[in-house]
Amino acid sequence: MATIVFYVLAVLALFGTYLCVTRSNPVHAILYLVNVLFAVALMYYLLGAPLVAAWEVIVYAGAVMVLFVFIIMMLELTPDQEMTRVGWLRWGPTVLLVLVLFCALVLMVAVDPETSKGIVDTYVSPKAFGYSLFTRYPLAVQIISFHLFIAAIGAYYLGRGGGSRKHSGKEEEE
Amino acid sequence: MNIPFNHLLVIAFLLFLMGLGSILVRRNVIRVLIGVEIMLNAAGLVLVGSSALWSRVDGQLFAVFLMAIEAAEVALALALVIYLRRRKGTLNINAFNEMRG
Repeated sequence: MATIVFYVLAVLALFGTYLCVTRSNPVHAILYLVNVLFAVALMYYLLGAPLVAAWEVIVYAGAVMVLFVFIIMMLELTPDQEMTRVGWLRWGPTVLLVLVLFCALVLMVAVDPETSKGIVDTYVSPKAFGYSLFTRYPLAVQIISFHLFIAAIGAYYLGRGGGSRKHSGKEEEE
Repeated sequence: MNIPFNHLLVIAFLLFLMGLGSILVRRNVIRVLIGVEIMLNAAGLVLVGSSALWSRVDGQLFAVFLMAIEAAEVALALALVIYLRRRKGTLNINAFNEMRG
């Protein structure tokens, strides 16, 4: 049963990503991406990571995507017509690169017997997860918290218009 | 649940390739950022899947680190998008081709 659900979710994620990449309206693309994120969160849950699944919904689908929608609406983006007049010169190298990379993946999967092993049923409880996070990687947690702090300072600096010499930065408040 | 690990690899890699194609073809900064999101998401899927394959918790921990770093990246990148729009009046990535401070 869980196997069928997993494959259904995989098809949903792939199809949603395809729609997200090909739509010309940015808001539609973001909404398809939210669907993809929900599907991926359920795949995390089926792979035995309930806490990561919850954070995927809260952080990605909740915070990051809302930030994207907020910025798109603030900038008043119109649907771009670039996909209709995109030429073969721009598609060609991309398609070639993607095909080569996909061939490399297929070769790797075919040659390496390690990758055909089945995924066993695992379940990591949030308690075990948190214990492992704060006893084995305390330095990484510190570094990432500093990283977030510095990113917040940088976003504040850029958003205030402090980096712009041409602008006073007073007329545009976020 | 019984899934071969290579099926998961193929799914994640297809997601990754669609994000990569979006980055290479699109010329809108927001669409490029969406492509980066898709690629990071695929990487997280492989991390959690490998964590389940070897029955170790480390992959999930790295998926959470990835999420935190990605949130910081999005905050900075969107602030940068607003700044560039204010400065150049466009979001076409070809307009941002000079590196003078």
